[in-house]
Amino acid sequence: MQTETAPPPAASTQWIGDKKAQRSKVFDAFFSWATFAASWGTVALLVWIALQVGYAALPAVKQYGLGFIVGREWDTNNDVYGALPLIYGTLVSSALALLIATPLGVAIAIFLTEDYLPLKVRSVFKFLVELLAAIPSVIYGLWGIYIVIPITTPMGNWLNAHFGWFPLFSTPSNGPGFLPAAFVLAIMILPTIAALSGSALKTTPQALKEGAAALGATRWDVILQISLPIAASGIFGAAVLGLGRAMGETMALAMLVGNNNQISASLFAPANTIASLLANHFGEATGLEVAALMYLSFILMALTLGINAVAELILERTGATTRHL
Amino acid sequence: MDLSRKPRVRLIFSRAMDIAVGFVTLAALVPLASVLYMVVRKGAGNLRWSMLWELPPAAGMDGGGFGNALVGTLLMVAIGAAVSVPTGILTAIFLTEYSLGSKSARLIRFCAKILSGLPSILAGVFVFGVLVINRDLHLWGWNFGGFSAIAGGGALGILMLPIVILSAEEALLRVPRFLREASLALGANRTQTVLHITLPAAISTIITGVMLAVARAAGETAPILFTALFTSYWISSLHEPTASMAVLIYNFSSVPYDNMVNMAWSASFVLIFIVLVTNIVSHLVANRSK
Amino acid sequence: MSPTSPTSMMDESIPTAQTDEVVVSPDASASSSTVEKSVRLSAPTIIDINNVDFHYGANKALHNIHFPIKEKLVTAFIGPSGCGKSTLLRCLNRMNDLIDGTRVSAGSIKISGVDIYHPSVDVIELRKRVGMVFQKSNPFPKSIYENVVYGLRLQGVSDKARLDETVERSLRGAALWEEVRDRLHTSALGLSGGQQQRLCIARAIAVEPEIILMDEPCSALDPIATVKVEELIHQLKQDYTIVIVTHNMQQAGRCSDITAFFYMGKLIEIDATEKIFTNPSQKQTEDYISGRFG
Repeated sequence: MQTETAPPPAASTQWIGDKKAQRSKVFDAFFSWATFAASWGTVALLVWIALQVGYAALPAVKQYGLGFIVGREWDTNNDVYGALPLIYGTLVSSALALLIATPLGVAIAIFLTEDYLPLKVRSVFKFLVELLAAIPSVIYGLWGIYIVIPITTPMGNWLNAHFGWFPLFSTPSNGPGFLPAAFVLAIMILPTIAALSGSALKTTPQALKEGAAALGATRWDVILQISLPIAASGIFGAAVLGLGRAMGETMALAMLVGNNNQISASLFAPANTIASLLANHFGEATGLEVAALMYLSFILMALTLGINAVAELILERTGATTRHL
Repeated sequence: MDLSRKPRVRLIFSRAMDIAVGFVTLAALVPLASVLYMVVRKGAGNLRWSMLWELPPAAGMDGGGFGNALVGTLLMVAIGAAVSVPTGILTAIFLTEYSLGSKSARLIRFCAKILSGLPSILAGVFVFGVLVINRDLHLWGWNFGGFSAIAGGGALGILMLPIVILSAEEALLRVPRFLREASLALGANRTQTVLHITLPAAISTIITGVMLAVARAAGETAPILFTALFTSYWISSLHEPTASMAVLIYNFSSVPYDNMVNMAWSASFVLIFIVLVTNIVSHLVANRSK
Repeated sequence: MSPTSPTSMMDESIPTAQTDEVVVSPDASASSSTVEKSVRLSAPTIIDINNVDFHYGANKALHNIHFPIKEKLVTAFIGPSGCGKSTLLRCLNRMNDLIDGTRVSAGSIKISGVDIYHPSVDVIELRKRVGMVFQKSNPFPKSIYENVVYGLRLQGVSDKARLDETVERSLRGAALWEEVRDRLHTSALGLSGGQQQRLCIARAIAVEPEIILMDEPCSALDPIATVKVEELIHQLKQDYTIVIVTHNMQQAGRCSDITAFFYMGKLIEIDATEKIFTNPSQKQTEDYISGRFG
């Protein structure tokens, strides 16, 4: 083998392959171009979505200006549109959900990252928590209507009867409202917060934990004084991401929040959110209402994408890997 | 030296917190159990096989099914996957094989993450603005305007895209670097290395990600609510309003007719069955490939 | 094969740019008693490394490396971790191109007279001619057969007879044929570590390279597997030029003809292996060989 002593001089100086090699080179160029195009296509899609929604909103922006944001009416018949109750409803329902989900999510994360359970059992639990995120939101809505509302309604009425002087309990509950909506929303964002907090907690070096344990610290001394402070910014990022998810959530809210454009301090009052109004109105909208809905969409997009970008930047800095649940 | 256990406040606190986090974790699974229980009891209890191929009933009527919705969901998910899976995998290949660590890769990955946080309803709004609102949008001899399966599928595709990208990227990154080097050292170019070595090694994990994206899309309601709309009839083309399981559940969830509410539960059962099977299978595949 | 005229190791082919560091002992051939050795040292040059500097980002990993590699001999690169020996090896088939921010910042590397970093050079063609075996055996998750023919399939060869012939020849060449002939179509991942490494060698020689680079090929193998690979290296040099990076000095002593000692990114000494191991001309080499550092 290898009997030829020297390659032909031309090949030796040019080092160019035969025809087949040329063809695979052309295919290589084509394929890498395709991956390049697909990648930048993804970026372009994001930009296109932002521009398209913004462009379609222009007529309403011209008509209502910034007054749209503080307007309180959504009157299709007279083309009067204002977003304040919707923005309020969106912020309050997501904030409530976050308030419930963050401590629970962190608790779950601690339980599933500290060595409480054998690895196999732990991975089953992890999977079950992830399944919470896999259930379609419309089914959560259905479940909320038939299970959660029948529980929260008498609870709300009782609280209203006995503590009605307190603003949060100032109205009786007649079913849909902030409370059931926020409760279901909390369940939906719980897996995201738990998974991301878990990966933030895992960044604590084992040596640090062992060092503290060697000094006589209990498990919770270590968690409270070492693990949580180190994971704090990652947990914060997780909560911010959860907030973004909650604000964009549509179906469960459309089915549970009551679809009533009012601003009430009471947890039991029916309300409305941006996403839920979009879901209810887009199908039949015409004319200026489409532009108003686009304006509303643009506000929702600015809020959620802004919050998401902040969350991703926090998480990227902390090195916690994003689980896209 | 005395090493016996002594009750101490800190230790008691620690034990109490141990119990608390364990309790919270179990409590978090109560809603899951409750949802599954309700869906099985109300959904499976009322499920008739004929529901899988009959049309939805008119208001107040008995019988009927959700055959057209099942077809519509499968069709629109297929359209979404046809667009998003190749694009997503190509993007992931670009990120891991052609531009690893570069600034543009970071930007693209960031955009994919942002896109994954896009509220699903906004995908619907976007498609509504681009396609649906133009009642007559003729391109290449097809009408893309109005409510249609194409519009619904497109909106689902937008939601699937970032899931496919991020999971495929993770799968490709998990392929050991030394396999790529071995291939390149034998005179393969990058594309040959990707197609012969990297992609085959990652394919089962990539399929897992695609399955999760499909499961998620199958359950999505908001993006198809006003792009595909709904219909009580079988579809005859891709250019007309199309029924879907998710929208059927939404529409039938709060009507005063028991038959329709029961049908919403039964449709939920079928939908959740699809979603759960997909998730469990992909979980097992993912665990096996670890 | 090489346009360079055969030269002795100790005269003009050895760097003059750094005479303060690379000292070639004037009595290299005098100390060699055998005829065989003088033949070895006068073998034609196939790789000509000319004053090469190499950077990882801002870090300079190789400093003005300058020496020839002789055809159909085994050249060993030794030196402590981080001395640049692997980096230099990976320069020879441009595997470093795959790592961001690396570049050959000065000098040139010529193989058979062609500057391999010249823009007109097709790196794919280069790698077909300069095969590589890695530290960790890295068979593809395919069958043994498909592993061996991978390089040929890339070149578009689909002729069954030719593929079969190549598989047998390469596996025989890698002293693996007898062990695997009955299970060519089973997964390569079922082989033992030593068999996997020999499979990787078979895979490399299947594309008929002129040069085979080996990056610590035995570091993950047990002693028995190591002996087999070393015997194989002995056979392979009939047909191929072999450059081997090794951590194991006994191994360098056993299987190489020429040894180059690197330290801190610099070539300290290069000479006939016997000479390096018995009578190195540099103090640093002697310290390293005798185990005083590294």
